[in-house]
Amino acid sequence: MEAFLSSLVSVAFHGIAYGMILYVISVGLSVTMGLMGFVNLAHGAFAMAGGYVLTSAISRFGLSFPMALPLAFIVVAAASVLLERWLYSRLYDAGELEQVLFTIGLIFMSVATAQVVFGMLQQPVVLPDYLKGRVSLLGRDFPLYRLFLIAASGVIIAALWFGVERTLWGAMVRAAVDNRAMAQSIGINTRRLFTLTFALGSGLAGLGGALGAEIIAIQPTYPFEHLAYLLIVVAVGGLGSLRGPFAAALLIGVSDTACKYWLPEFGAFFIYVATIALLLWRPAGLFGKRL
Amino acid sequence: MRSTRLALGLLFTALLFGAAPLAAQTVKVGFMTTYSGPGAAQGDQLDKGAKLYFKLNRGKLPRGVKIDLITRDDTGPNPDVAKRIAQELIVRDKVQLLTGFVWTPNAAAIAPLTAEAKVPYTSMNAAGVSIVNLSPYMSRVSFTLWQSVYPLGQWAAKKFKRAYIAVSDFAPGHEAQEAFTKAFMEAGGEIIDAVRIPLANPDFVPYMQRVKDSKPDVLFAFNPAGKQATAMMKAYSDLGLGKAGIKYIGPGDITTDEELQGMGDAALGVITAHHYSAFADRPANKAFVAAYKKEYGQKLNPGFMAVGAWDAMDLIFHVIREQKGKLDPAQNMELIKGYKSPNSPRGPIAIDPETRDIIQNEYLREVRKVGGQLANVEIETLATQIKDPWKEFNKKK
Repeated sequence: MEAFLSSLVSVAFHGIAYGMILYVISVGLSVTMGLMGFVNLAHGAFAMAGGYVLTSAISRFGLSFPMALPLAFIVVAAASVLLERWLYSRLYDAGELEQVLFTIGLIFMSVATAQVVFGMLQQPVVLPDYLKGRVSLLGRDFPLYRLFLIAASGVIIAALWFGVERTLWGAMVRAAVDNRAMAQSIGINTRRLFTLTFALGSGLAGLGGALGAEIIAIQPTYPFEHLAYLLIVVAVGGLGSLRGPFAAALLIGVSDTACKYWLPEFGAFFIYVATIALLLWRPAGLFGKRL
Repeated sequence: MRSTRLALGLLFTALLFGAAPLAAQTVKVGFMTTYSGPGAAQGDQLDKGAKLYFKLNRGKLPRGVKIDLITRDDTGPNPDVAKRIAQELIVRDKVQLLTGFVWTPNAAAIAPLTAEAKVPYTSMNAAGVSIVNLSPYMSRVSFTLWQSVYPLGQWAAKKFKRAYIAVSDFAPGHEAQEAFTKAFMEAGGEIIDAVRIPLANPDFVPYMQRVKDSKPDVLFAFNPAGKQATAMMKAYSDLGLGKAGIKYIGPGDITTDEELQGMGDAALGVITAHHYSAFADRPANKAFVAAYKKEYGQKLNPGFMAVGAWDAMDLIFHVIREQKGKLDPAQNMELIKGYKSPNSPRGPIAIDPETRDIIQNEYLREVRKVGGQLANVEIETLATQIKDPWKEFNKKK
């Protein structure tokens, strides 16, 4: 029984660390889908870009890990503003098929670009010494890096919630998600709001990609490989909410980890079965608005 | 204007070639590898190894003999495309020899074509154990997983009692599991558990936690080099499995020379068995690595796939040289079966005349830091001139 409890603790710990990273990467996707009704399948490319910014900042320009993290956010957010203005904004009124085709095309281009610039091999992540090693607690080992992941993601998530729930900008975003036409008619500049929100979501993806680079390896096919997981988080959580994807990401992280630990034979299928079951039960996701 | 000049230039070149000695024998060789898609990194290794050999040795052919290397992209593990390009090479381009392929399914797909057209194919990498059995015109210079894993299992059984197996859930993973289980159990070891991990798996920590909790002496691991193998080694060291006295071993495929630098310190101390390391100090290897770095950049280490391509080209040159460029299908296979090279970068190699599979040495290596770089350092020769054990076992039955 004691052995079971202690393995329960480590499963929960690793599951939460994994879920937190999934959340930071995918929350932007949920917001852009909910706010703008835009199906941005290329969202994973921003996470990959964040990872590349981090690894090149450290290995080529000698930046420290804590300096490289905000840089990943800033660079990716800035780049996404350009993309949003030049490309995405042209397709806001287009149908879903056009949006999907367009963003799939973007994925292919990002994969090819990464391959040309960085090569096919994965990028090594050099962690500072204070993030290596383990903490022993109750006879179990907890890697320091994952503790840091949980703490950092926790701070990011708290800041995000505060921003959306307590600030004027957050109120405008929520208003625009609920009723875009009404928000516009009371004088909210939704165009600028979209750009800002898109940049924030992409920047968060970049930050998540950088934070998680040690777990989710940075290499050119990243946006394709993790697309399914990102979409699952958003679909299960529900579009346009912050809480939904958070619950979904933790649920997926913990249950995926638990299943791999206790029933490794079914590790691969479980997450998909769970997704199907959840969506049959609640088609709009856990916290989604009724569409 | 520019296009006219270009056309004139082309015409001139064409005349120049047309005017070459009439007695010239040009042998067409079809070379198929992966230039696009996610497998392009592996395909690129074959390309680099083959082209390097070609560049350095084409001057050494008998007078008047030329080789025309025709390259084709198989786009990844894609048997339909492989079959189509092989057919085009045979029928349209009239190639007399075929080589290439990173992927086993591709090599298997063209086996009937080689038999029908009597065009020999030599595998540069595709390592599925049974592909050379599919046609009398198939041979291989790369390796089989049985060749590295079986002796590794025998070695491990002398040092460890309880083993845990964690392999990727795909055909090579299953082969590795089978080979290790047989060798380890025959020598009296105990396999306490085995897990097959899906190929699309981002997080290895839960699997490694399970390994740690079942307290084996040794973990036998096989997954594709690169992000998969790295992620598993990281999870292994993050959870302190090494400190808990569990040794990490596997075939050399998990610490390939080209991926090793990106894998980082998590790979330190991993024990592998393999036929090639870029850091081996044989003179033939030193010369090969120096030539490779001169051609492709000082930072790039050749991996076993580049060596497979290099040796396949050596075999092809041997076949062409011995017949002075006039290739005869029956003679081709006799020459391939008799192929021997004492000077491969991996040490002495030969083709087994019975199975047309490779005979080579297997080395036990440990990942260490050499001059600030991670390296597979060869500790001892695990097996000398070993044939593929799987075929040996299945012959006796």
